[in-house]
Amino acid sequence: MATVTEAEAPPLAPQPAPKPPKKRGRLVPYWLLLPGLLWLVVFFALPMIYQGSTSVQTGSLEEGYKVTWHFATYWDALSEYWPQFLRSVFYAGAATVLCLVLGYPLAYLIAFRAGRWRNLIMILVIAPFFTSFLIRTLAWKTILADGGPVVGALNTLHVLDVTSWLGWTAGDRVLATPLAVVCGLTYNFLPFMILPLYTSLERIDGRLHEAAGDLYAKPITTFRKVTFPLSMPGVVSGTLLTFIPAAGDYVNAELLGSTDTRMIGNVIQTQFLRILDYPTAAALSFILMAAILAMVTFYIRRSGTEDLV
Amino acid sequence: MEQYEPDRLTPAQTAAMRRSLRNGRAAMTRRSLLRASAGGALAVGGIGALSGCGIPAAGKTQGGTSAEDHSATEKTLNFSNWTEYIDLDDSGKHHPTLETFRRRTGISVKYTEDINDNNEFFAKIKPQLAAGQDTGRDLVVLTDWLAARVIRLGWVQKLDPSNLPHAYTNLSPQFRNPDWDPGRAYSYPWQGIPTIVAFNKKALDGIEVKSVSDLLDNPKLKGRVSFLSEMRDTMGMTLLDMGKDPAKFTDDDFDAAIARLQKAVDNGQIRRFTGNDYTSDLTKGDIAACVAWAGDIVQLKNDSPDVDFVIPDSGYMTSTDNMLVPNKARHKTNAERLIDFYYEPEQAAALAAYINYATPVEGVKPYLAKIDEDAANNPLIVPDKAMQARSHSFRALSQKEETAYEEKFAKLTGA
Repeated sequence: MATVTEAEAPPLAPQPAPKPPKKRGRLVPYWLLLPGLLWLVVFFALPMIYQGSTSVQTGSLEEGYKVTWHFATYWDALSEYWPQFLRSVFYAGAATVLCLVLGYPLAYLIAFRAGRWRNLIMILVIAPFFTSFLIRTLAWKTILADGGPVVGALNTLHVLDVTSWLGWTAGDRVLATPLAVVCGLTYNFLPFMILPLYTSLERIDGRLHEAAGDLYAKPITTFRKVTFPLSMPGVVSGTLLTFIPAAGDYVNAELLGSTDTRMIGNVIQTQFLRILDYPTAAALSFILMAAILAMVTFYIRRSGTEDLV
Repeated sequence: MEQYEPDRLTPAQTAAMRRSLRNGRAAMTRRSLLRASAGGALAVGGIGALSGCGIPAAGKTQGGTSAEDHSATEKTLNFSNWTEYIDLDDSGKHHPTLETFRRRTGISVKYTEDINDNNEFFAKIKPQLAAGQDTGRDLVVLTDWLAARVIRLGWVQKLDPSNLPHAYTNLSPQFRNPDWDPGRAYSYPWQGIPTIVAFNKKALDGIEVKSVSDLLDNPKLKGRVSFLSEMRDTMGMTLLDMGKDPAKFTDDDFDAAIARLQKAVDNGQIRRFTGNDYTSDLTKGDIAACVAWAGDIVQLKNDSPDVDFVIPDSGYMTSTDNMLVPNKARHKTNAERLIDFYYEPEQAAALAAYINYATPVEGVKPYLAKIDEDAANNPLIVPDKAMQARSHSFRALSQKEETAYEEKFAKLTGA
């Protein structure tokens, strides 16, 4: 940073005109960026480098680990754990779709119809965040208990026969099945969907709706041609904010799932903490990151909102 | 989670519940692996990278193990233990046994409850110990398999027997000679943790459960049985059930036990592999029978009359949590005095009365009976000779075996 002041000093003397302040002004944004950049370097770039290096090391706890550029770890990890990868994508995708289906009407209601209830409903959406993630997830064990009213009702209505046939549940219970994990994921990440949806819906000018009506558009057409396209930035950021953490989550699968619902987060956790296979854990994290990055890029290209990122 | 609704309970149950909630070694500990996760799965990758890339040195610590012992001049002791694993007075602030220790020796103990999970704690102290640095702790409590690992790695100090007269005399015979620390050169048990078979009478509805075989084979229990996610406890109980000795089994025995469990996983008999979170499932009856930790069951029985346990004829597993002095600790002698202090039957009784685990100290019974008659007669807290005879422990594993077995077990549990 010393160079900055040096570069600044000479032009100051010969030119009294407005140029120097302009130059200084141009540097201000970079100074303001500095804390953020430092943060990124320390908490993102450095860990990434460490992690990348770990993933190509070999060794053991007793002999220590050395970088041997053993890239085969990646292939081994992928060929061993691809089912868990696919499952994570599938569960996170299902939870994201469910969040969108549940969240959109609610966000619409808050933005356009809630009136003076708006703040109250917003608080209700955010309030669960005041308790711990873990406790909220454990609460679902009570909600979905085998003898509880929810499972009882689903059994009476024969819904569980259908879901069991589809392989989402097992027998007459919901807990320890894929459905329970997806329910938990949906619940835990729903606010991440609602909040961006609400912000983009709330910005839509109500007069556009009136104009559409004046042009003889039916309400459904208004929604299809006006409201929904204008809320696309909210849909895109909402789905990303839901999908990305859901794909890496392992608490829901651990508490609400069973042996056949383990997600890639569970595998990484097991590899790192229990088996102490740090290279495999690091490689798996990298693969997960790359896969999510690829999917997100593709998704943003397709939805035509590059300006979002 | 019904135990969190105090208004529905009788005063006696409320008292029991409070006790059980305070008793975090049982109620909270193993679940904590999840607590960390609330911070986000990214953390796993991040921590993994950092500690992994320190490129830790080979096993033994360089530059000697012991630091200068400052015990004589600094009358303090840094003691790291599991959450809620010690006696507490009614104000919830003081630990009476530690107060007694301070009054008697002048050593004030800085007691920190910073161990929630063996694997996590190992990841936390590994960088310092691998680099031969002081962890800032003089005494830590680790479960036997992790104690075995740190002893194997040479990361803990040999204890001085002359400072441990009570411990030497009063240590229960069943814990005297673990194969990973013969004669207790490095470690002394804090508490024993029996693993048993527990069930919910109401949920069983007359079905008889007496062994691990019943859990694995009775089709009426399909999908209502859980095992523990702690490899040695689940595998030990299964090996015992198959007539093998967990203290000297072979690779083939282990594989056979895995295959047996795998079959039960595949046909849906086993619902889940759990940490401490099985307790709420068991009281609700979602789980009818399970492999469980005795400390939890002692408390659940207070909570819910339906919960009970059985010791299989083939025997049961007992693991231990052990006190160890890490390398470079500044107050080794003070730590040894504290270990010895807890091996006085009177102090051990005060502790046992509060935390409901199996006491490793002989001669506790008469002292405990003065505080809590029921606890003194509970074979899970004070194991009698017959109980001790049926107790087994898992043999020490080489690092290669440990990795291989953990991998096989992880595959069984889904990842």
